[in-house]
Amino acid sequence: MDIIDMTLCELSAALKTKKVSSLEATKACLKRIEQTKELNNFITVCEDEAIEAAKRADEAIASNGEYSPLLGVPVAVKDNIVTKNVRTTCASKILENFVPPYDATVVKKLKSAGAVLIGKTNMDEFAMGSTNEFSAFGAAHNAVDFTRVAGGSSGGSASAVAAKQAFGALGSDTGGSIRQPAAYNGAVGFKPTYSAVSRYGLVAFASSLDQIGPITRSVDDALELSKVIFGKDIHDSTSADVLLPDKLSGEVKGRVIGVADEFLNGLGEKETAAFNGAVKALEKMGAVVKRVSISSFNAALAVYYVLSSAEASSNLARFDGVKYGRRAESYTDISDLYERTRTEFLGDEVKRRIMIGNYVLSSGYYDAYYIKASKARTVIKREYDEALSKCDALLCPTAPSAAPKIGEETDPAKAYLSDIYTVPVNIAGLPAVSVPFGSDGKMPLGVQVIAKACSDGVVLDIAKALERARG
Amino acid sequence: MYIPTIGCEVHCELKTKTKLFCSCKNEFGGEPNTHCCPVCSGFPGVLPSLNEMAVEYAVKAGLALHSTINKFSKWDRKNYFYPDLPKAWQTSQYDLPLCVGGYVEFMLDGKLKRVRLNRIHLEEDAGKLVHDGGVSRVDYNRCGVPLIEIVTEPDMHSAEEVVAFLTELKSVLKYTGISDVKMQEGSLRCDVNLSVAEEGAPLGTRTETKNLNSFRAVARSVLYETRRQIDEITSGGKIVQETRRFDDNKGVGYAMRSKEDAHDYRYFPEPDLLPVVFTDKKLEKIASSIPELKAARISRYMGEFSLPEYDARVLTADKEVSDLFDETVSLGVDPKKASNFIMSEVLRLAKSDGSEEVELKISSKTLAGILKLLHSDEINNLGAKSLLAALWGTEADPRSKAEEMGLLQSNDEGEIKAIFDSVIAANKKQAEDFISGNDKLRGYFVGQVMRAAGGKANPKIINALLDKLKAGI
Repeated sequence: MDIIDMTLCELSAALKTKKVSSLEATKACLKRIEQTKELNNFITVCEDEAIEAAKRADEAIASNGEYSPLLGVPVAVKDNIVTKNVRTTCASKILENFVPPYDATVVKKLKSAGAVLIGKTNMDEFAMGSTNEFSAFGAAHNAVDFTRVAGGSSGGSASAVAAKQAFGALGSDTGGSIRQPAAYNGAVGFKPTYSAVSRYGLVAFASSLDQIGPITRSVDDALELSKVIFGKDIHDSTSADVLLPDKLSGEVKGRVIGVADEFLNGLGEKETAAFNGAVKALEKMGAVVKRVSISSFNAALAVYYVLSSAEASSNLARFDGVKYGRRAESYTDISDLYERTRTEFLGDEVKRRIMIGNYVLSSGYYDAYYIKASKARTVIKREYDEALSKCDALLCPTAPSAAPKIGEETDPAKAYLSDIYTVPVNIAGLPAVSVPFGSDGKMPLGVQVIAKACSDGVVLDIAKALERARG
Repeated sequence: MYIPTIGCEVHCELKTKTKLFCSCKNEFGGEPNTHCCPVCSGFPGVLPSLNEMAVEYAVKAGLALHSTINKFSKWDRKNYFYPDLPKAWQTSQYDLPLCVGGYVEFMLDGKLKRVRLNRIHLEEDAGKLVHDGGVSRVDYNRCGVPLIEIVTEPDMHSAEEVVAFLTELKSVLKYTGISDVKMQEGSLRCDVNLSVAEEGAPLGTRTETKNLNSFRAVARSVLYETRRQIDEITSGGKIVQETRRFDDNKGVGYAMRSKEDAHDYRYFPEPDLLPVVFTDKKLEKIASSIPELKAARISRYMGEFSLPEYDARVLTADKEVSDLFDETVSLGVDPKKASNFIMSEVLRLAKSDGSEEVELKISSKTLAGILKLLHSDEINNLGAKSLLAALWGTEADPRSKAEEMGLLQSNDEGEIKAIFDSVIAANKKQAEDFISGNDKLRGYFVGQVMRAAGGKANPKIINALLDKLKAGI
């Protein structure tokens, strides 16, 4: 078996038994990245650092010290997660030259587990977008079909994993940014319960929705990466300890799976067929399918764009040209410096969201938008909690369709629709995983498993069952 | 007749060891940008972690100022662009502050005045801009230092009231031990909201003068702004709601921005911090850790030491003076005598440089030494006064210093009697006048004996000898 065809767990086992060295695996990834560089999945490839880290991992393996499943495994990290001394751009011109002075908690954890950081992946600028076309470094391409989008915003991470440029990757998910690109590229994308993974060092988009999670080639791989990055962190007061199982059984016998009628309204024929295939597969394995209703389903996108844009307008205000990143070359005074810097170095989608955010927070509109959306958030959360009190998990498509062609979608409001299934999960703070299941004939489709807060093991277990049923 | 109505917003820096949301040192000064880290300088990706001590300190302030502590309070972002604010928002508390209500009471012109508080909330300080030859630099050392903002109701009507309020507020806060409350170092700063209206009429349009950092500046800006508003109205103009600043050097106020240009701070709940929640038990624990507050000291001085209320208030006006008094008494000095000497002599020296701050340059040990010499008649009042001045700012031993200065007086009755007799012998005529009832000559004889004794005779002994002479003993 070629090294790059292995899953993360397979590589881990091969490293442990010394059938493969970390240096070989790392070089294989670097070679693959070079061979398929037109995918544009990486903003920065950490070649030298990766080789050094691989050598250190091999020494650790040789000395037979304490063994970690990630020891020597090459992984990629989305470029909105800060890495000490490695440029972190958020795919924005404004941070084109920004080299962070510290590691994000997840990066620290990966490093201390012995993982090899292979590079920083492409994304929509500041994680705002659903296709990766809003990257200031050009779009990442879909690993299955080069003419299609990689999805977003963690498109680079998803495509890199699917294209075997890395054995796993970290993404961030504010409204579907891990799950949707994973589905578009035929990978597994896991968004943990809000608070399960420290956000310290994740360049904030919408703080109350953002969550870091893994994108991998198998559900077991997602579990292994999660084990390393999960846990309460003193640097993130919103973080908490969420338990994970040691191993996944993939058993769904007796599990109650809820499907809401709202999930299937307006869904295409092929997509419906693929989704029904997943439902049937679970039933066949002994799960009980139950119809539920989530009447607030269609309100979620509006709520999401009000709340996430409000938080983003505040979170992104620090990119002003004063402290770090790019600064406009000429300016007359401080206001002019702010204006020119932000006009020149922030992209259109980012500006759109900042404008929406400032609008909904401004006096006179705050109650009508921000407060109303916050109240609606409570309603959506309550409905999901209620639906989940009657079943173990909810099942829905990850996205309304497979990856579109690059350049196909030009209306930003329509592009927002691709997140309709994923957004409510962030609003409710729940764990969800997208696992590949079926296709539209050409491109892979994903199915999404959602469970109660802190039932991260449950979503992974059901996803593993679906993965098994898929064969 | 127009009268001003005034409310204050007082910012007070808390002297916690570390900053509000990171573990950087909370210290005044330092080389620019040496007390900061990615968190307080707003690097991408950072998150705040709350310093629980700052919350405790704010609660202590609330308790000392008779506020109600909210058992549930939360954090909000106050968004605006300025280079000294690296995150582009100040983490503050908007609609659910830590403390609500409360008051400050003080004596003014013999009357007890109460200024009500609206709220006290906790927030972080911003950095500092340093302008230098056309270049502006920013120093983030102060960024993230915990502050409490104390907001009063519009209960004051004169510069004297505002200064008396601030003086008392400063004094009360000092006792809690939560802040240095030093206006000159910026750990206490005051914004003044002021409007004028005819007596009994509804309140006029107010202006806010920001960042006043001395009592003098506060008083002068209140007088200035009152005058300006009255002149404006009486000459047919209108007061514009605006933010102003006051140049204390020139004694002139300026408009900074009008209501139309006012920031829209776009407050919203801070998603990166959990709300602050208190149980009764936790609040009791904080309450029990508060040191003896000013009011308690006043009643202790009046009760335990039987000092008059006036003396108790003077002694407690400044915590350091009160501490000096307590320590001196604990070293065995009579409270009344200690009180008198501190109120007259020590305070005169402590305020001699004309500054607003009392500066004590004497330890309780030294002071007790001086007072013991005085009370055992080894030195006299005048001697004690010069000894205090000589020991001010030194660690020298009072007795050796008194000896060195020749202040120790003789209590040797035999020796003094010999000098006394020779003085009487040399002034027979005056002595007869004295014996026959001219008591005015007493001072003359004390002076003569003192001079002959080189100033070292105990005047009490001389007086006793004069009494005996008069009585014919």
